Amino acid sequence: MNKTSTNNTSTKEMFLNENMTVNFGPQHPAAHGVLRLILEMDGEVVERADPHIGLLHRGTEKLIENKTYIQALPYFDRLDYVSMMCQEHVWCLSTEKLLGITVPIRGQYIRVLFSEITRILNHLMWLGTHVLDVGAMSVFLYAFKEREYLMDFYEEVSGARMHANYFRPGGVARDLPAGLIEKILAWNEKFRPQIEEWDKLVTNNRIWRQRTVDIGIVDSSDAIEMGFTGPMLRGSGVAWDLRKSQPYECYDELEFDIPVGKNGDSFDRYLVRMEEMRQSSSIIDQCLDKLANDAEVRNGPVKVQNFKVSPPTRDDMKENMEALIHHFKYFTEGFHVPAGEVYAPIEAPKGEMGVYLVSTGGPKPYRAKIRAPGYVHLQAMDKMAKGHMLADVTTIIGTMDIVFGEIDR
Amino acid sequence: MTHIDKCFDMQKLVQLEKYILKENESIIHEISIKNRELTILCRKLHIEDILRFLRDDKKCQFKMLIDICGVDWPEREKRFDVVYHLLSISNNLRVRVKLNTKENLAVPSVCSVFECANWFEREAYDMFGIKFEGHPDLRRLLTDYDFDGFPLRKDFPLVGKTEVYYDEKLKCVASKPVDMPQEYRHFDNVSPWHGLDDPISLAEEDNVFDRGEFVEEEIVNE
Repeated sequence: MNKTSTNNTSTKEMFLNENMTVNFGPQHPAAHGVLRLILEMDGEVVERADPHIGLLHRGTEKLIENKTYIQALPYFDRLDYVSMMCQEHVWCLSTEKLLGITVPIRGQYIRVLFSEITRILNHLMWLGTHVLDVGAMSVFLYAFKEREYLMDFYEEVSGARMHANYFRPGGVARDLPAGLIEKILAWNEKFRPQIEEWDKLVTNNRIWRQRTVDIGIVDSSDAIEMGFTGPMLRGSGVAWDLRKSQPYECYDELEFDIPVGKNGDSFDRYLVRMEEMRQSSSIIDQCLDKLANDAEVRNGPVKVQNFKVSPPTRDDMKENMEALIHHFKYFTEGFHVPAGEVYAPIEAPKGEMGVYLVSTGGPKPYRAKIRAPGYVHLQAMDKMAKGHMLADVTTIIGTMDIVFGEIDR
Repeated sequence: MTHIDKCFDMQKLVQLEKYILKENESIIHEISIKNRELTILCRKLHIEDILRFLRDDKKCQFKMLIDICGVDWPEREKRFDVVYHLLSISNNLRVRVKLNTKENLAVPSVCSVFECANWFEREAYDMFGIKFEGHPDLRRLLTDYDFDGFPLRKDFPLVGKTEVYYDEKLKCVASKPVDMPQEYRHFDNVSPWHGLDDPISLAEEDNVFDRGEFVEEEIVNE
């Protein structure tokens, strides 16, 4: 509010004629973390939105420059802290691309299995909080219950519920523990009817539709212009998914569909993400089937058997001098990565996550730029919120599926 | 062909490389394909032209700007690299455009070509102090309000220069120079023995621990 009004203007006129600036966040439950939005309002209508970000900036890129390639990996869990293993995946891929190594097929299937578990984990978080922001509590509780089961699977393979540090350049840290495949299979069977239940509860709900249909419309050309990726781009009708168009790992051997929206509004993006959960569930089934029954996938190693870039087994260490040296050098000096630069992207649950990696040869990266999807999406906040009501701002934040760990880095 | 880019079409990229070079011979400084990625090095002044060409040309169609970032090479006279990553959805290809710039000279902003360049350029300014000429709103983005210095430059210390604390007397948050009771522990584990120039090919010869073979040899010796 402008306090220097002349005596002639009454308070009422002042309210009528001037825009109001509202400070939204950084401690607002609907801000999904530490977003500070400066909103210029004309009554209830947003005229300009200026996001202030960086309140969670931890200097990940700077820290990575001072760590070896394996030590840099745990930082990636902490970027987008609701889709942990996908972030690890992108770091592993960029390192592997520079090293020029290929992950054994069993390792690839385990990675894809956990990437898809992570996708569901992320979409459950998004669904729960998005619906909660708009005003329904129950779905949030249902979604978080399922997340617990998925984090149990994380715990079984890695020992940690969230920040797993399970993927490694060259494969994964260790093989699946006995019985896990059956557990995931059993969970998956129960999970599919759950999605349908939420679908019944939310999709045709009148309030949900009133709050999301025609809110934050982005057409396909705008979405491309603004650099949208992932469900934000597909919601606008562009069939683009890196798992299909630039397949990495074993995605080209799996069958799944890419859901595409039509109107580019929040409701379409909701439908796209719901369908993605169903597709991920089907991919998980296919991976489990291969891991359990396919002879080639069942028996192979889970990481590269080149002990200059991956650690030898404990057994070998006890008997073999060479293995002991490899183990020591791997965990102290780290492995050397050839000089060069690469950009490796993956289809993270939120969109295209990429790492631009520059190496000058040593055991530490020279520069690693992390391309986070949420950063680009949040940039469009002003464009998407303009002309909408204040209450719709929370819907738009929800539909972007933003997490500040990856935006602020 | 690794597990990373299985369906990659190298021929298409080579054709595109030739085409781009032919059309822009005068403004492209260097063009190369390394690690299956096309990299174009151009002069600072021509960045807008080359990006506009890549976006609008019928054969290129790089409609999406994926990323802009800076890289600091303090020992070089032209200290910074600015790296642009573009994606063509219709051709399913990526391209990288690079330019070099000196510390105090501004780079033309590409916000007029790609709308989403806005925050990327703000970040590069924030982290490296690279100035972008013609940017609509070149404020700092990720660092604290009133932050001093450019944290991703190689000469900026890892622990930072100042730390914030709550001042009991002033009853507010204040900042003071960083005081570390223990220095940052930098372990230099790099082997002084330089036999590892090509670790991969070296490893392929001696990485197989076939225990069976090992045991058999021992028996023979006995």
